[in-house]
Amino acid sequence: MKDKKPMKSVFKEGAITSEFIGNSIYKHQTKTSIGAHNIFLGQVRADEIDGKTVSAIEYTAYEDMANQKFHEIRESSFEKFDLTCMHIYHSLGTVKAGEICLFVFVSSPRRKVVFEALEYIVDAIKADVPVFGKEIFEDESHQWKVNS
Amino acid sequence: MLIKIKYFGQIAEVTQKEEEQLEVSEGNISALLNVLHSKYDTLNNKDFQIAQNQELVSLETELTGAEIALLPPFAGG
Repeated sequence: MKDKKPMKSVFKEGAITSEFIGNSIYKHQTKTSIGAHNIFLGQVRADEIDGKTVSAIEYTAYEDMANQKFHEIRESSFEKFDLTCMHIYHSLGTVKAGEICLFVFVSSPRRKVVFEALEYIVDAIKADVPVFGKEIFEDESHQWKVNS
Repeated sequence: MLIKIKYFGQIAEVTQKEEEQLEVSEGNISALLNVLHSKYDTLNNKDFQIAQNQELVSLETELTGAEIALLPPFAGG
């Protein structure tokens, strides 16, 4: 059995607002060993498929397993990279086209580290975390999103 | 043994439910899948992975009685 430490949930209901993102940056201004932040924002794209346009994605997840996977990604990121801190937030429920559904925020004393770390983390989230996305079209029909 | 099975995304659309408890005999994941395929005939056309106790497992993995989940392709981010 794996040791399962208590962990905070990564999930937030609905879109991640620019106010929340701005406030997260603000909160790091007291951490003065940091010299570089890097941020990834995943935004819902209004894809056009067979003449129909995606108006929103409705996210669901196997939450217990997803939070465990986020925790593993976090642990391995701190092992691989010299990070001061990292934060991940992912939406659940409906996120409209143009809104933010994923916010990853890494910080380090030096810039090179944050570029590498951010790519590693976002790739791992896309590959390993059981999150499912229902793409809702303007006519209320839907299809299921698959990460490429 | 009694096993709790969870369904997500397009798999939950096939089963018309998000979870259920099933009484199954001992065996591996493959044996459980046979039961599910006969219960839900359109499951055949679907792409999914299987987790037992929140870890991905193969068809040969023995059932432990822990929670099973049928996971369609991931779409996070």
